[in-house]
Amino acid sequence: MQLLLESGDFLARLLQQCANGVAKGSVYALVAVGYTMVYGVLQLINFAHSDVYMLGAYFSYYPARWLGYMPDGAEKPKVPLYVLGLAFAFAVTACACTGMLIERLAYRPLRNASRLAALITAIGVSIFLQNAGQMVFTSEVKSFPRYVDQTSVPLGPIAVANTSLIIVVVAALMVGGLHLFVQRTRTGAAMRACSHDMRTARLMGVNVNATISLTFAIGSAMAAVGGMLIAMDQPRLTPTMGLLMGLKAFVAAVLGGIGSIPGAALGGLLLGVAESVVGTWNTTYADAVAFVALIVVLLVKPSGILGKAGREKV
Amino acid sequence: MADPVLQLADVNVYYGAVHALRGVSLRVDEGEVVTLIGGNGAGKTTTLATACGLLRPRSGTVTYRGRDLAGVPTHKLVAQGLVMAPEGRGIFPNLTVEENLMLGAYSRRDKAGVAADLRRGFELFPRLAERRKQRGGTLSGGEQQMLSIARALMARPRLLLLDEPSLGLAPLVTQAIFATIDRINKEGVTILLVEQNANMALRHSHRAYVIETGEIQFSGPSAELRTDPRVKAAYLGEG
Ligand SMILES: Nc1ncnc2c1ncn2[C@@H]1O[C@H](COP(=O)(O)OP(=O)(O)OP(=O)(O)O)[C@@H](O)[C@H]1O
Ligand SMILES: [Mg+2]
Repeated sequence: MQLLLESGDFLARLLQQCANGVAKGSVYALVAVGYTMVYGVLQLINFAHSDVYMLGAYFSYYPARWLGYMPDGAEKPKVPLYVLGLAFAFAVTACACTGMLIERLAYRPLRNASRLAALITAIGVSIFLQNAGQMVFTSEVKSFPRYVDQTSVPLGPIAVANTSLIIVVVAALMVGGLHLFVQRTRTGAAMRACSHDMRTARLMGVNVNATISLTFAIGSAMAAVGGMLIAMDQPRLTPTMGLLMGLKAFVAAVLGGIGSIPGAALGGLLLGVAESVVGTWNTTYADAVAFVALIVVLLVKPSGILGKAGREKV
Repeated sequence: MADPVLQLADVNVYYGAVHALRGVSLRVDEGEVVTLIGGNGAGKTTTLATACGLLRPRSGTVTYRGRDLAGVPTHKLVAQGLVMAPEGRGIFPNLTVEENLMLGAYSRRDKAGVAADLRRGFELFPRLAERRKQRGGTLSGGEQQMLSIARALMARPRLLLLDEPSLGLAPLVTQAIFATIDRINKEGVTILLVEQNANMALRHSHRAYVIETGEIQFSGPSAELRTDPRVKAAYLGEG
């Protein structure tokens, strides 16, 4: 009887961890999509993507602050819904523009240069954004506004935070919507065409530069949403908050098969769940899961779970 | 006299230090099929790429319907009717046959017209209709060539640039492709055709240019060139 109870406990705890992992993994997926789309079109690992994620969190912090919902010292007041909408719109737009700007200024001039040159530039942009973040936002931890009050929602034998539910729903809608967009629309077909062969895409009348800009805009907007969602769940902002997230999202993209949007989703979820489950036993090992996963994938199937060996992208 | 559809005047094109086109001049008039023949590396593909703006001449001019094309990006030319079916067919293997075709109509906004042209394309190439949901990469070489031409037609070209449509095809398929070229031309599309199969190209064109090492060697009506000893020796495997 005692044993049964214990194993029931254990199962519930495992389920609980899986649920937490799904929420975490959903954000990995949101951010991973940006890596995967850019890689699909340009074969470039956009290191600056993790910093766009960080910017997304800050950009969704400021609207509430500007409108006076962040008094110093005092208890933070609840932010009304319209401000939340405003913050969302602002973060998404500002990050999309940032992403397009990065492509226009840093990557486009190197479109025909060696891949190594582009890669080094990407690292440079990332360092630049982190330092600009330190200067503008200061390195002091900022506490995120009270957009949503955390409550616990019972779900069968377990209970999940309402923020976790929001994260999962929003991420699923966005990644699913993006997948449909890429697979079903004319613009999506143009993106897939560019990822295979830009020269021929141009012969079809596709404006390749505009399509690449759009790719960056979409990926950055998704990262912005990821940043905002994480900040709701863990309301602490720092200019270096993108580092670990970027790394894990990148691993998620590789794990699922870089270039594939469903792959990014799958990789994100797998990684999130694996981390949470490992975290049940030992929290310090949780962060190592990503590295182990990366090594295993690169050894066993470098093209990732859903990746094709060929040049199938996006 | 009306403006030619396409005119290259004293065009020089370089790949870095490689001087690929040396003072090339040619013209294509409304309603014509003009062929450009020459051996490997003669500069045929380079000529077509320059005509549609993928490459920019270092000197000389390219005019399309009387307008200088300097600075006009390739993707805008498609909407104006200058369309190329590239060497090696350029099929997107990850897209279905139908998606490939619809991409050909990317610049067009007239949904009804596009739908009608899609049906026409399938009439012209019934094989493609059977395979419309299949990925482009799974088609045979001949089917891919049909798809490449059908896709170019989806843009409603006024000038169609074809780069070696018979490359790697069996004789029967080659004949079918050339019959299609005749038919497209009869329906009013002007064509500039690059070929290594000089025999077929000269039978299915009005005029021809011969290019070697980036220079136009000579030109004339195709019927005359077919009996020209220089052509016979070098390109028709006779004499
Ligand atoms: N990207 C490039 N960089 C450098 N040289 C090039 C490039 N593309 C073509 N060339 C050179 O330019 C010349 C003309 O090439 P082009 O592709 O136009 O020949 P072609 O007549 O189409 O030949 P083929 O019948 O084999 O297709 C060749 O000498 C080729 O080596
Ligand atoms: Mg060629």
